[in-house]
Amino acid sequence: MPYTQITIRDHSSESNLFARRAFVAFLFVIILLVVLLSNLYHLQVERHETYKTRSNDNRISVRPIAPNRGLIFDRNGKLLAENRPTYSLEVVPEEAGKVDKWLKQLVGVIELSEEQQKDFVKNVRRQRRFKSLVLKNNLTEEEVAKFAVQQHNFPGLSIEARLTRFYPYSEALTHALGYVGKINKKELQTIDAEGHSANYAGSYDIGKQGIERFYENQLHGLVGYREVEINSRGRILRTLKIEPPTPGNDLTLTLDIDLQKTAQKTLEGTRGAVVAMDASDGGILAFYSNPSYDPNLFVHGISSKDYRPLINSLDRPLINRVTQGRYPPASTAKPFMALFGLEAGIVTEHTKIRDPGFYRIPKVKRKYRDWKPSGHGHVDVYASIEQSCDIYYYDLSYRAGIDKISNFMARFGFGEKTGVDIFEEASAILPSRGWKRAQYNQPWYAGDTISVGIGQGYWTATPLQLAFATTTLANKGIIKTPHFVKQQLVRQQQGLQSENTIMVTEDQDHPPIILEHADSWDIILEGMRRTNHGKRGTARGIFRGAKYQSGGKTGTAQRVNVAADVKYDAQKISKRNLPNAMYIGFAPFDKPEIVVAVAIENGEHGSSAAAPVARTIIDQYFASQNKLAANAK
Amino acid sequence: MPNNPPKQSLLFRLHIDVPLLIGLLALMLLGLAVLYSASGENHNQVVRQLVRLGVACGAMFVFAQIPPMVYRRWTVVVFVFGIILLIAVLLFGHVGKGAQRWLDLGVIKFQPSELMKLAVPMMMSWYLSQYHLPSKLKHVVIGFILVAIPTLLIAKQPDLGTSLLIASSGFFALFLSGMSWGLLLFLAALAPVALYVLWTFFMHSYQKQRVLTFLDPETDPLGSGYHIIQSKIAIGSGGLEGKGWLKGTQSQLEFIPERHTDFIFSVFSEEFGLFGIIVLLTIYLFIVARGLYISVHAQDTFGKLLAGSITMTFFVYVFVNIGMVSGLLPVVGVPLPLVSYGGTSMVTLMLGFGVLMSISTHRRLLA
Repeated sequence: MPYTQITIRDHSSESNLFARRAFVAFLFVIILLVVLLSNLYHLQVERHETYKTRSNDNRISVRPIAPNRGLIFDRNGKLLAENRPTYSLEVVPEEAGKVDKWLKQLVGVIELSEEQQKDFVKNVRRQRRFKSLVLKNNLTEEEVAKFAVQQHNFPGLSIEARLTRFYPYSEALTHALGYVGKINKKELQTIDAEGHSANYAGSYDIGKQGIERFYENQLHGLVGYREVEINSRGRILRTLKIEPPTPGNDLTLTLDIDLQKTAQKTLEGTRGAVVAMDASDGGILAFYSNPSYDPNLFVHGISSKDYRPLINSLDRPLINRVTQGRYPPASTAKPFMALFGLEAGIVTEHTKIRDPGFYRIPKVKRKYRDWKPSGHGHVDVYASIEQSCDIYYYDLSYRAGIDKISNFMARFGFGEKTGVDIFEEASAILPSRGWKRAQYNQPWYAGDTISVGIGQGYWTATPLQLAFATTTLANKGIIKTPHFVKQQLVRQQQGLQSENTIMVTEDQDHPPIILEHADSWDIILEGMRRTNHGKRGTARGIFRGAKYQSGGKTGTAQRVNVAADVKYDAQKISKRNLPNAMYIGFAPFDKPEIVVAVAIENGEHGSSAAAPVARTIIDQYFASQNKLAANAK
Repeated sequence: MPNNPPKQSLLFRLHIDVPLLIGLLALMLLGLAVLYSASGENHNQVVRQLVRLGVACGAMFVFAQIPPMVYRRWTVVVFVFGIILLIAVLLFGHVGKGAQRWLDLGVIKFQPSELMKLAVPMMMSWYLSQYHLPSKLKHVVIGFILVAIPTLLIAKQPDLGTSLLIASSGFFALFLSGMSWGLLLFLAALAPVALYVLWTFFMHSYQKQRVLTFLDPETDPLGSGYHIIQSKIAIGSGGLEGKGWLKGTQSQLEFIPERHTDFIFSVFSEEFGLFGIIVLLTIYLFIVARGLYISVHAQDTFGKLLAGSITMTFFVYVFVNIGMVSGLLPVVGVPLPLVSYGGTSMVTLMLGFGVLMSISTHRRLLA
């Protein structure tokens, strides 16, 4: 076929040429091998450490272990907030795949309401995809078993046993303890901003209210870690290392659960608040706001069916009346006003005024009435407190003027948050010239001062403020900031058992109130003693038969509600316009141990509605003290 | 080398080239060990590979018996037949993994491009050996056309890896036939233009993506860059001594993609380190050296060119595969010869070695 074949071929020169070319090709091979090897050398020797690290990063995954939340005890060691194991169905959205696909399938296995499904789909979008998300809480044993059989059909879904918060005393402690709930997006941002996101990597719950919220950092504990080896699909193959979590600090409160339950019982059927403080250190013994609600509902995320009645109720159970209820102190302000009068030199122990049943500002026609139409006759400072004489304080406050009054009352903490260790606290209002100008852009009138003189008008205070101020009064000027936590048990490291107790120390931020006329304290306290035990004391009937001496003051404030925007309802309006009943008191008289403040909305009379609550609580307090003493013997 | 026959051993009479056989067996053994690890200690896969190797060795043995003269005689027929099949594939081919590579012959599915891996070097050797060496420009040009036809047909399937191997087999035949250095330089200068043409007219988007990813894999660590990043991590974390057989975390935990096929070198590097690589590359170098030795000592130009071209193509496999898994070259589907799991290409390779052995052992005493 080829036609050039005839030409003579020089085979040896062709062979030589080929051999040369083959040699070049071989050199080419060597060069390329050197190129490969130098690149491999670069990867395996020069950058070995980098790739080794990345290889480990690949296979080792660090999984957080949530710490157990610290427990909360009452002052006698009774458990108020505990952790209980519950089963929940959890989903890692990233591994589970398309939600609508598996969710439909799942409904056949585990019952899920429309609402739960919708909520879940919403939550998937809100949360980080690789973090597991609770789909259903509190699974029954049957549900757990049913799902276990079907588990292989649902990648990324698993049954997890977790410890969740439980409040055994339910609604008795809600406003004090608060509750924990699922971490929401805003809280997540806060956690991130504070640099705590690593510590919350395994946590589902966070304190939402009350002590649970205030002491979140102490209760939460430190996250632990499990280093696991995973394959490229993220399946855990084995555990390499475990760093156990450190549980949160246990809190022991100053609260006495028995006293608390008494408080709850005495407020049954009312809207109101009661707070009892330890006069010696400001520790809160009882703290109850009625109506209350079950905090356990919130732990697993409250359903709207349960939530709606809570927010719609006219009785406003969600409001913490102890710290957020702003009530005119009414006549419970009188001891403070009297103390002010003595200190300012406006009255003395012996000053007497005549009470004809009404008071008139000089040259003004309008009459300010005493609660007792016939008047109290000639009244000195003791009688003014014992009988709660309005005229005495109209005169006193008119003569003093608002500026001196508000300066003095500020020293007792009115108009300011007490600094109690929960966040839900209102500062209420201590009126002053400046305040009125700022609030209403109006000048202060003499008539405004008259109302303030009997603890009404613009003046409001929370029951806790009243208790706080009363404690200062009972301690003759020594200030004890109210607080819940008595001590914390710090667990440094699990296994080491190194436990450490932090006692709440004396409050050093507030220097005591020192009066020029130091004997004024005793005069006022004596007036308060007579209120409870005197012949004409307004609370004498309530404290009849008490085995202890005590001091107190009743108050009746006209027509003010916690919620000013309550809908008009003809049926209820009359009842809801009744005066609020107020009471402050302390006992024993000589060496005060317990201070109580009570507010009953529309209770009508401080003496008939509020004082009995205080009496019951003080009685219960001494009863348990005696029992303790007996046990000690 | 003297062709005195007295010391002809039994193996020589069976047309077995002993050094080449030793090199190939060493490679296969090493390959099986790595495969055992790379398959996740899957005995089935290892046994299947062993069977394939056996079949491939048998085929090599059969091909070694056929004298080079016969190959030469059948070259044109095989080549034309191969081209027809390639066209048939494009027209009626079977689509698998997004590419048309297979021809369904009823009983077996067949990849005509594999046939071309042998047919093209044969054709080039046949054509170029008609004329004096060094090849003249005219013949070089015709040679290029002969290579270009199957290369483009295969690239169109698309199978970039195979078309690259076929193109290089043709190129090496031309190079060994003595095409002028000037022309080589000219072609080297032309390469950028060729690349542009390739990029614009012939490459599919997935191929372009591979190239882009190759240029900077870290830009898409979870997408197309994932494979190459994981492969480099495996190689780099192997270090000098490797993590030990069966102990490579990247491979055992399945971070390396295609770990028993195209990326088996990553597994090898992770577990045996740079020292292991040097051993492996030494075996490859030995086989290449033996192949070139055979080609230099072949009796006629056809044999020389064919042996040289097959040998150099074998090396291209090695270079492209290692280059791509270690991040030097874009990922094109080229297996690591005789180590990667898989049948077709291995059989073709071994047939090539059968031809080499035939060239090495069939010697006409009067030439």
